[in-house]
Amino acid sequence: MGNDRWTWTAIFLHWVVATLIVANFALGEYMGDLAVSPMKLRLYSYHKWLGVTVFALTIIRLAWRAFHAPPPFPAGMPSWERFAAKAAHALLYALIFIIPLAGWLGSSAHGFQTIYLGVIPIPDLLAKNNELSELLEEVHEQLNHALLLLVIAHAGAAMKHHFIDKDDILRRMIGLKGRK
Amino acid sequence: MKRLVALVLTMLIFIPGALFSAPVVKDKSSIGFATRQMGVPVAGSFKRFDADVRFDPKDAGKGSASITIYMDEVDAGSDDGTVEIKRKPWFDVKGHPKAWFLSTSLKELGPGRYEVAGKMTIKGRTRDVIAPVTVKKEGGLWLFEGAFAINRLDFSIGEGPWADTGTVDDKVEVRFRLLLTATGKK
Repeated sequence: MGNDRWTWTAIFLHWVVATLIVANFALGEYMGDLAVSPMKLRLYSYHKWLGVTVFALTIIRLAWRAFHAPPPFPAGMPSWERFAAKAAHALLYALIFIIPLAGWLGSSAHGFQTIYLGVIPIPDLLAKNNELSELLEEVHEQLNHALLLLVIAHAGAAMKHHFIDKDDILRRMIGLKGRK
Repeated sequence: MKRLVALVLTMLIFIPGALFSAPVVKDKSSIGFATRQMGVPVAGSFKRFDADVRFDPKDAGKGSASITIYMDEVDAGSDDGTVEIKRKPWFDVKGHPKAWFLSTSLKELGPGRYEVAGKMTIKGRTRDVIAPVTVKKEGGLWLFEGAFAINRLDFSIGEGPWADTGTVDDKVEVRFRLLLTATGKK
């Protein structure tokens, strides 16, 4: 079966984005409470650049997925699990899409344009507005906490499939052939 | 510094009546600055300043400008930035509450275009600056506009770790727009 794992492109993008999200989540949590310093300014910029990267890669992933059918669920998977998996994946994509947008808009409202890698200016959609920037930054943070819970559920489900159900759900996202 | 102030004061007193001396229309005048922070343009402004400009278009060489900026009323473009920029490594507004620009010469470059040279003092450090200025009539008043660049490190603005120009550019553009109340004698 050529279709029993994800395409290499999908596998590669999944793990790159996963790594960037974990790194940027940790960076975001760390940088907020730092005293103002050149290091803080650098970290904020790196955080924004990583966020823009995640956003761009997510668009590529969605586009790739639109043209490449995902491998089917294992035959014995109960319908509630299929539904939960679909819902969780849709929600993951939604959050990964919205969180960078909220961050970018919050930064604009704060009065700081985002310039990707210090070179490519991303237009400001919002003018400077302190209340709006606080609201957007709060939304950005809370959505990240929701994402954290969802990622834990996502990874937990993968573990459950691999170690308890002993199916191929995790194997096919690492690029391994099915066990049977 | 004191001698320079005395010189300017003397000039102000003895300048002939053909010139006019006038305070600026405050809500229509501005002094702003712009730099880049990690490649991102950041603009700020000085909310309070006094300016005394003497100008006669028929005898531009005798024109002069004296500007005092009250550093505590700076806006660095963001709340965090405004708190930070008043601190000792930056403007040190407690130690150096005022900044000055005192012109030393005004040259006519062409119709309505001039070049002003002078001494800029920020944080107790004085440097020579030269700025192009355009002068035009606006609603019966004289409007002076121009911009010049300074290097913040020449004035020790951003000391210690902030001397790193990879995060905050050394180059700062200062933009001024001064609208004068009096039209002067013709």
